[in-house]
Amino acid sequence: MFKKDISPGSKSKVKSSVQRAIRTQITTTYPLLAPYIDEIIPKKEQLDAMKIPDRVTLYLIGPTPLFFQHMTDAILPHLKLVHRFPTCFPSIRIDRGAIRFVLSGATLMAPGITSTGGRLPSGDKDEEGLYGESQKGSVGEGEREGGGWYGGRELEEGEPVAVCAEGKEEACAVGVLSMGTKEVKEKGKGPVVEEGHYLGDGLWKLSTE
Amino acid sequence: MADTAESPAEPQSRHVTYCGVCSLPPEYCEFGGTVKKCQEWLQRNHDDMYERLWSADALAAATSSLSVDARKRAEKDAHKKALKAEAAEAKHAQTISASKVYIKRIERNKRKYVTSVTGLEAFGLENKKVAKEFGKKFATGSSVSKVPSGGEEIVVQGDVSEEIEEFLLEKYDVIPEDNYELVEHKVKKGASAT
Ligand SMILES: [Zn+2]
Repeated sequence: MFKKDISPGSKSKVKSSVQRAIRTQITTTYPLLAPYIDEIIPKKEQLDAMKIPDRVTLYLIGPTPLFFQHMTDAILPHLKLVHRFPTCFPSIRIDRGAIRFVLSGATLMAPGITSTGGRLPSGDKDEEGLYGESQKGSVGEGEREGGGWYGGRELEEGEPVAVCAEGKEEACAVGVLSMGTKEVKEKGKGPVVEEGHYLGDGLWKLSTE
Repeated sequence: MADTAESPAEPQSRHVTYCGVCSLPPEYCEFGGTVKKCQEWLQRNHDDMYERLWSADALAAATSSLSVDARKRAEKDAHKKALKAEAAEAKHAQTISASKVYIKRIERNKRKYVTSVTGLEAFGLENKKVAKEFGKKFATGSSVSKVPSGGEEIVVQGDVSEEIEEFLLEKYDVIPEDNYELVEHKVKKGASAT
């Protein structure tokens, strides 16, 4: 979505009624983020909106980017926010080989996730409560960190997802699933996340000061 | 009511270090074109992290999961990226040394001046944003307009050439002082002002 560099647009203040609606939207979409919403968007602080190309709005507090949204699609976290609250977003993990493709803006394909280095939710309903949290026991052999923070619940098509990477601590992309995680496992091929936001893309490099 | 007492008072968010060269988390520097510079920066600024990411052991562990073929392809890719980044940097340096910012004083009517600024975009500045800054700084009209030769100029009301140069020098040090040209533009009587 942000393969090209973006030149900063002007910021505008978000009305307090709209700010409240956005807070609700965020906590509904990302329930695990709810306990921290006052830290992310303090009630007293002014939330700003910046219009960027292709009808995307970026929400920020001061220079700190928080969320972005294409028209009225799902509101997605900026990667810097994912890095601040890594366990609060549903996630999948790609294998090491897929990293450089994702970082060049390629569509994330199923084989990069279904391989040994990749991770998808286990699908175990008993893990429902762990959704989004780190699964300490599941770190594979030869890995020291970057076990990921995927959970048990299968994710549906259209759900926002953070993309972690084998051997890496931080997430490298954010996007919307174009295929449910159950289907990814069954099919093992096809695009999984298209048009996401990734490390080093135009949104990442956008100057927000 | 009880809930509010439980809410965390301390900030709960993690603080992540980003690379001072390529801006990514340092563990991802390897995928950019500036690996060497990134490594130097990390070693200077975050010694411990450097050890963790770039020690021989860490490197061996990181690549062991890839097949020989995939590793070769990744290496080739990294090399290409590095060359590309170098070329881009050289080109950028060249553009900078060759580009000029013109600050023109233009007499519109008798004793009425406007100041025109052109050439900022070559240094990666955005005319619209800078025009706004001028307007704020000098409390005067300041707008971006197209010039007949293509491209844009910022037109500021009043004679503020020197102030503009000073302001830009201070705020945008990507433009070397020698690259400014202050120009006086006098309109002959009868000629249309441009
Ligand atoms: Zn770097």
